[in-house]
Amino acid sequence: MADKVLMKGNEAIAEAAIIAGCKHYFGYPITPQTEIAAYMAKRMPKIGGVFLQAESEIAAINMVYGVAATGHRVMTSSSSPGISLKGEGLSYLAGADLPSLIVNVQRGGPGLGGIQPSQSDYFQATKGGAHGDFHMIVLAPASVQEMADLTVKGFELADKYRMTSMILADGTMGQMMEPVALDYEIAPAPEKPWATVGTKMAREHNIVNSLFLAPEELERVNFERYERYAAIKENETMYEEYMMEDADICVAAFGIAARVAKNAINEARKQGIKVGLIRPITLWPFPEAPFKKAADKVKAVVSVELSMGQMIEDIRLATECKVPVSLCNRAGGMIPSPEQVLEAIKAANNGGAK
Amino acid sequence: MEYKRLTLLCGHYGSGKTNVAVNMAYDLKKRFDRVTVADLDIVNPYFRTKDSAEDFKAQGIELICSEYAGTNVDIPAMPQQMYSLTDDRSVRGILDIGGDDRGALALGRLAPAVIEENDYEMLLVINCFRPLTPDASSTVEIMREIELAGKIPFTGIVNNSNLGEETTAEDVLNSLGYAREVSEITRLPIKCTAVREEIYNELEGKIPNLFPLKLQGKIK
Repeated sequence: MADKVLMKGNEAIAEAAIIAGCKHYFGYPITPQTEIAAYMAKRMPKIGGVFLQAESEIAAINMVYGVAATGHRVMTSSSSPGISLKGEGLSYLAGADLPSLIVNVQRGGPGLGGIQPSQSDYFQATKGGAHGDFHMIVLAPASVQEMADLTVKGFELADKYRMTSMILADGTMGQMMEPVALDYEIAPAPEKPWATVGTKMAREHNIVNSLFLAPEELERVNFERYERYAAIKENETMYEEYMMEDADICVAAFGIAARVAKNAINEARKQGIKVGLIRPITLWPFPEAPFKKAADKVKAVVSVELSMGQMIEDIRLATECKVPVSLCNRAGGMIPSPEQVLEAIKAANNGGAK
Repeated sequence: MEYKRLTLLCGHYGSGKTNVAVNMAYDLKKRFDRVTVADLDIVNPYFRTKDSAEDFKAQGIELICSEYAGTNVDIPAMPQQMYSLTDDRSVRGILDIGGDDRGALALGRLAPAVIEENDYEMLLVINCFRPLTPDASSTVEIMREIELAGKIPFTGIVNNSNLGEETTAEDVLNSLGYAREVSEITRLPIKCTAVREEIYNELEGKIPNLFPLKLQGKIK
C-alpha cells in the first residue's frame, strides 16, 4: 500500500535481491544476519523461488556455485565466522568466473567472537577472502536504503564482470530499521553464453571449472582476469564526499562508522574546524583518487573504523603517506561515539595525529 | 487509556512492540506504584526493551529480562523472574513478546496462568508500512500464527503504523482504513493508535484513542 516501507537492513537486502531477479537463496543461520534467511524463507515460496537452509555454510556456498553455473542470479548471506567457512567456495567461484552475490553482516571477531557489530572483515573482503589471486567487488552500505540499492547494484556488477559481489555490512546496518523505497528499473541480465543450461545438441559443451591442467593456461586466465579487474577499478569505483571542498582534516569511514563520523563532523564544523568526510562505497575497488587529491589539500586524515585499523592501510597507500593518518576505533562489537570521533578530529587538527 | 493488570504485546517482527511497551510502562507508572516490564523477546539480538533499562531505573519501573540480553550469549533464554508476573498479582505488567509465531512461543509457558487469572489484554501491534504486512489479510495471517504459538487469544489491536522518525501525520491517517479492516476481520477493537510524540498534536482530535510514543534512541 505504501511508496515507502519500514525495513530492517537485512530485510531490505532480501527484498531487493528478489526484485533484482534472484530466485535462489542458500544459507545457514547466524546472528546478526538471520533475518535475511528468515525473510527469504517466507518470500521465496510465494514467488516460485528456492529457499534452502543448507546443512552448513560450506554446503550453501557450493549450492551458490551450482546455480551460478546455470547463469541464474543467486545469493547467500552470513556473518563473519560463516564467511570464513565459505572461503573455499569464494575462491572456486572466482576461479570459475561465476557471478554471485555474497552478504557479510559482520560481527566482532576473531574466532566465534560475538554478535555485536564490527568492520573487522575488511581485510578478508577486500584482499581476496581466500586462496589464489582474486578479488570480489565489495560494497559498503551506510543506510537501509543503500542495503537495498547496493544489493541490486551488486547483482548487476556480478553479471557484468562475471565475478562475486560482496555486500560488506555490519550488525547495526543489518538490524536497524529505516524507511526505504524499492522502486527499481531492473535491466535484463546480460546474455550468458557460458552457462551450463544444456547444449540441445546444438553447440559444444560449456565447462565450468577452476582446475587447469596446464600452468601456462592457468597463468593466462589469471592475467585476463586482472585485466577485467583493471577495468572495474577504472569504471566502478564509488564514494561519497561530504564537506571536503574546504577541509583541513579528512575523516575516512564507511558503513555505520561514516554515520557516526558525520555527526562528529557536523559538531566539529560548529566549533570552527574545517573537516570533511570521504566515505568509500566500494571498498574494492578502493576509491584511491579522492584520497590522493585530499592528500595535497588536508593536513591529516582520520580513519574511523570498527576494527583494529584495516582500511587505514589502503588510505596510507592512496595518500602515499603524504599526510599523517590516525586511527579512531572501537573493536570487538563496540561502536565509536560521535564524541570520540570529535576528539580524534580535534587531535588531528592540533597536529597531534600520529 | 485503561489497562488490565497484564498487557501483552505481540505482533509481526518489527511492528514496534518494544516502543509501544516502553511507552505504555511510562503511562502506567503515572497511575500505579508498581509497574514491571518484561522483555520476553527470544528472537531479536539488538534493539530491545533492555536498552531503556536506565530510564526505567530512574522512573522506578522494574525490568525483567534475560541476563543475556545485549551480550554475546546468543541463545533464546527466558528470564527466571518471569513467573513473578503471574505469581504476584499486586504488580501491573507490560509484556514485550518477540516477533511472529516464533517469538510468541515464549508465551506458552505463561499462558495457563494468564488465562486463569483473566485480567489481561493481549494486544496485536500492527504496522502497514512493514513489507510483509502491507494489508489486512497478511496481518491477520500472522496474527493467527501468533495465537497458535502463544496459546492466548488476542483481545485488541494497537495500530502502530509508522515509518520510524519519518512518519508523517498523513501516513498515520492513511493507515486508519487498514487498521479498521483488521479490526473488522478479527472483530477486535482498536485499543489505540500509537504515534510518535512529534506528530501527536497534529493528529489530536482526528483519531480516537491516540497514544503518544517517545521513540527509543537509535544510532543516527
